[in-house]
Amino acid sequence: MRPGDWLIAGAGVVLLAALWLRQVDSLEGQVVIRQDGQVFQTASLRLNRIIEVAGPLGISRIEIQAGRVRVAADPSPRQLCVRQGWIPSGGAAVCLPNRVSVENAAAGYDTLNY
Amino acid sequence: MTPSTIELIPSQEDRRIAGLAAAAIGLTLAEAAIPLPIPGIKPGLANIVTLLVLYRYGWRTAAWVAGLRIVAGALALGQFLTPTFVLSLAGGVMSLAMLAVAMHLPARWFGPVGLSLLAAFAHIGAQLWLVDVWLLPGASILGLLPLFLSAAWLTGLGNGLATTYLLGKLSPPPTESST
Repeated sequence: MRPGDWLIAGAGVVLLAALWLRQVDSLEGQVVIRQDGQVFQTASLRLNRIIEVAGPLGISRIEIQAGRVRVAADPSPRQLCVRQGWIPSGGAAVCLPNRVSVENAAAGYDTLNY
Repeated sequence: MTPSTIELIPSQEDRRIAGLAAAAIGLTLAEAAIPLPIPGIKPGLANIVTLLVLYRYGWRTAAWVAGLRIVAGALALGQFLTPTFVLSLAGGVMSLAMLAVAMHLPARWFGPVGLSLLAAFAHIGAQLWLVDVWLLPGASILGLLPLFLSAAWLTGLGNGLATTYLLGKLSPPPTESST
């Protein structure tokens, strides 16, 4: 190990520490709302609020309340995503007719890191 | 049998590259037999050969050895032209590019370990980038970065130390122009 090697290894450790810390932050309660496949908004689960997303049929209301998230109202005819209720962590609700999807990424589990 | 009318005469360098590539392919195959919990993370032992060749015979030979290893290793494992192969190729190309730059760093301060770490980061960086734009567009690769970069750091360090050890064991490189 020469001085530069230590430097590179050290820089690597600093980079990794920063990435892991960011990871811990980002995995805590993220809600990803997509409209037409594009990320519309990424919201924290810790802040209670109602987010309105405009789709081709009208406005979908997504409610974040006490660390939980659900689709509160949606113009889709069969109301599947509304009746799904509170979305479990790692789950998602899709309002297909209105092209809105809500993903509760709290647990950080998905097909990538199963 | 009709005797072949074409005769290929392998040069000294061809033989050397073939031998070194065989060693690298052997390591690739041996490594494929090791069960690992997470797909995409493996020690990359064949890169020890690449680094050794880089130090002893120069970049061009190292590129040949790495390229042959990637193609022949994929053929042997039945991965040729699969996404795995493309990822392997991308990683190989990027780490060789990184080595082409990094080998000009002053040798007094930067040894095999530094080069190995840089190459490992370039390797996984190219692979994650390709996964992001091609295999899993839309999925957040950021979530995978810490895990994969940590693995790259460990394997880069391990392979670099192994290369340092082996370089010390080997006789000094032949002095005649070998590039």
